[in-house]
Amino acid sequence: MSAATQFHTDADRTTADEPRRAFIRKALHGYEIKRDESKAAFSDWQQARDAAAAIKYEGVNRLDAYLREFEEKFTARGGKVFWASTSAQAREYIQTLAREREVKSIIKSKAMTSEEIHLNEALEQDGYEVVESDLGEFIQQLKHEPPYHFVFPCMHLKRDEISALFEKELGSAPTDSPEELTMIARRFLRRQYLKADLGISGANFIVAETGMISITENEGNARLTTAMPRIHIALVGIEKVIPKLADLALLLPMLAIGGTGQHLTCYNSMYGGPRQEGEVDGPEEFHVVLLDNHRTRLLADAQQRDALHCIRCGACLNVCPIFKNIGGHAYGTTYQGPIGSVITPHFRGLQDWKHLSAASSLCGACTEACPVKIDIHHHLLHNRRNAVAEKKVWWERIIWFGFVQLMSRPWAYRLSTRFAPLGQWLHPFLQNSGLDPLHAWTSTREFPQAATTSFGDLWRARKVGSK
Amino acid sequence: MRVTLFVPCFIDSLYPGVAMAMVKVIERLGHEVDYPEGQTCCGQPPFNSGYWDEARAVAERQLAVFRDAEVVVSGSGSCGAMFKVFYPELFAKTAQESAAQALSAKTYEFSEFLVSKLGVRDVGATFEGKVTFHDGCHGLRELGTKAAPRELLRHVKGLELIEMGEAEACCGFGGMFAVKFPQISTAMAEVKCNSIVETGVEYVVSNDSSCLMQIQGYLSRHSPRVVKSLHLAEVLART
Amino acid sequence: MSGDREAILGRIAEALREEAPRHHEHVGNGRHASAAPAFQQWLPPVGASHAARLELFSQLCEVLRTEFKHCANANAAAKHIAALAKEGNWRRIALHAGELNDAVAAHLPPTLDLMRIESGYDRDALESCDAGLTECESLVAQTGSVCVTSRSSGGRTLSVLPPHHIVLARENQLVADLTAAYAELAQKYGSSYPSFLGFISGPSRTGDIERILVLGAHGPRRLTILLVP
Ligand code: SF4
Repeated sequence: MSAATQFHTDADRTTADEPRRAFIRKALHGYEIKRDESKAAFSDWQQARDAAAAIKYEGVNRLDAYLREFEEKFTARGGKVFWASTSAQAREYIQTLAREREVKSIIKSKAMTSEEIHLNEALEQDGYEVVESDLGEFIQQLKHEPPYHFVFPCMHLKRDEISALFEKELGSAPTDSPEELTMIARRFLRRQYLKADLGISGANFIVAETGMISITENEGNARLTTAMPRIHIALVGIEKVIPKLADLALLLPMLAIGGTGQHLTCYNSMYGGPRQEGEVDGPEEFHVVLLDNHRTRLLADAQQRDALHCIRCGACLNVCPIFKNIGGHAYGTTYQGPIGSVITPHFRGLQDWKHLSAASSLCGACTEACPVKIDIHHHLLHNRRNAVAEKKVWWERIIWFGFVQLMSRPWAYRLSTRFAPLGQWLHPFLQNSGLDPLHAWTSTREFPQAATTSFGDLWRARKVGSK
Repeated sequence: MRVTLFVPCFIDSLYPGVAMAMVKVIERLGHEVDYPEGQTCCGQPPFNSGYWDEARAVAERQLAVFRDAEVVVSGSGSCGAMFKVFYPELFAKTAQESAAQALSAKTYEFSEFLVSKLGVRDVGATFEGKVTFHDGCHGLRELGTKAAPRELLRHVKGLELIEMGEAEACCGFGGMFAVKFPQISTAMAEVKCNSIVETGVEYVVSNDSSCLMQIQGYLSRHSPRVVKSLHLAEVLART
Repeated sequence: MSGDREAILGRIAEALREEAPRHHEHVGNGRHASAAPAFQQWLPPVGASHAARLELFSQLCEVLRTEFKHCANANAAAKHIAALAKEGNWRRIALHAGELNDAVAAHLPPTLDLMRIESGYDRDALESCDAGLTECESLVAQTGSVCVTSRSSGGRTLSVLPPHHIVLARENQLVADLTAAYAELAQKYGSSYPSFLGFISGPSRTGDIERILVLGAHGPRRLTILLVP
């Protein structure tokens, strides 16, 4: 089944699930309240957005220079950098490293890049035990299901579903307390941290100036993942680079507010190299895998390049009426929601993924929410245009040809407005049949009664009358 | 002032009363209304579908029709945004670029025209009833119109304005989106209409007839009680 | 081995030949970003005086569920820790060597086992400690955060593995905002930063299940900051 057909099927199913939609809506409403509180504390949120956007613009538009600077600083302190053009290269590097270092147990903190390159599957095939440590990711891993939302992986699940899952997979006693469920996971994962010899993380930012990566989280799982195993690998998209360490003083709060609504996330950690001389712990080896995987393709599209400014906060999903109604899984992508609909066509092919750009009312709530001011909803429009420029759909072409004939000839247009009431008089005979041209509308909504006289005709009559 | 009306195709044939109401309000304020023959559609349907060449062909027509207008006023925030925001992009680097920019500069959405351009808040209207206001997304986010319609409604005698929850949420119309993805579009309408019905109002008012087509379409089929949709101009026209 | 370095850098250089429009300067209400954004001014105000900042910090601690306490001296701090130990039936706490840590540790009751980690430690032993006692780099008024580093705070693990993290800080370690905290780090370490820098804002938490706040997801369930003059 094509991705587009699958999308239609899934979206039809999920939009019919009103209880789940209400559940998601309620959760995101809570987020909005908290976010607005944190925003309100700012002296000027809009100016802060401008400044954040300017930082990301600088990073992305001098990407090569900043990546070089990062590499130089990072390797000077004993870190290793691997540049991966493709997901296969990234996977192979990590698989080879795990084999050569005789790794036995792998713990992971949240990394969407690893979802992107299907790293877990590859490592599991090699026989490693790979455990996700972020609570939401851990739950999704047990459920054998991809994350529902790239910031809130299991936001669609209710506590009884999680309890049943834990009971089945971990043998724990059923409970309806989120606290107890969290503690079950905590106890299980503690053992994994102590045992793991490889920790894999993502990163929210790459800092060129000081050769560091920055990781934002609430749970402390990333801190443990990067502290305890003897090897740390961070798998990071190349676009994450920012010029200066102190830029984080703005970007960390922006990320938190966009993401969870908190004024700052619980743990914001910067890592520059493996354990250094005189330090008591930390990994012996620290590798950063810089992942391209078609990011340079998006970079080459100057008009949409700002989509690479994305800090993956999730704000655009949280406010998106499409996301709220179809849910995260219907997208069928690693990155859900508006930003996912913008970038997935660049990563995985425009013709196969253009339906996501069409599946938007272009309301612009995403753009308004984005802390780095990406022109998200206009890029959906640009994707639509680019898809057509590349390849027109024959029947659409016929429709729009007819449309142009009608709308660029006022007499033809006027004639059509006079026939509209007639068409509508005939409509009931076709309604609910396959021949009904308005079926897509009338199956769920009433169509307005066309006026017997158009405004144009009313106006002319009025003019004649007043003469 | 000589005010040139832009009556988008669907208002022309489905909601002529809305355009008539605009005429009434503007004339009542002592201005002359002009409606140039030959205007059809702003070209948004093909534009939003990615068919920009086709959109341009239709849009060119409007550039010509409105060339000599002093100010252009639209009863739909969405079609207004097409003139104001998207024409300059559509015609960028073409021979008509400056014409598109000129049209953009003189186009106003109806409520914004009354409040910002004419400086009027009280148009002398009377309307008995409880209403809630729905922000059309294009008017709200492309044109930045949020306060103007509320200012106008607040000055209508007898009218009680009750804000709905999540007033800024999209109604799910989105042009072709409504028929390409009817289930998603309808789910969005459902959420919107629930917010409307919860306020207990008798009328839902908007400055965009396209949203009202969606909202009324859903309410008529599903609402447990009668809520009528009205364009802002229709409220302001009543005395 | 550095992988596909040249190919990627080549593609980037090629892509960047065309300049990108600055959408962000037009999106929204047409504001313009200043060229050199001194962004601190747009962030939440922190107050001008030390007292105001201290007050803000303490308010944020409350929001974040951090226990924040002024102590008259090292002895008083030790007393507070002893009380916590008694209440929680602690047997052992872990700590690193440091001026403030040592001063406080000297006053702790002998019944409390002290596990010193500076010359290496057993992970299971650390995991079974009841609390970790660390110093810090600074406290950040604007965000209610503690800045720790692998050099000032006993490595990476001590502040996150035990179920209770106790931070000792001096009053003059309070800084206005993250910018000031970064500036201090830069001044102190130059180009040889510790391998780990972190801002801790409250005890570990999650809201992954139905958005209900649970403390102690993976890291400490409790965070206590003791401020000595
Ligand atoms: S596009 Fe903007 S709002 Fe969406 S995730 Fe990225 S940074 Fe956040």
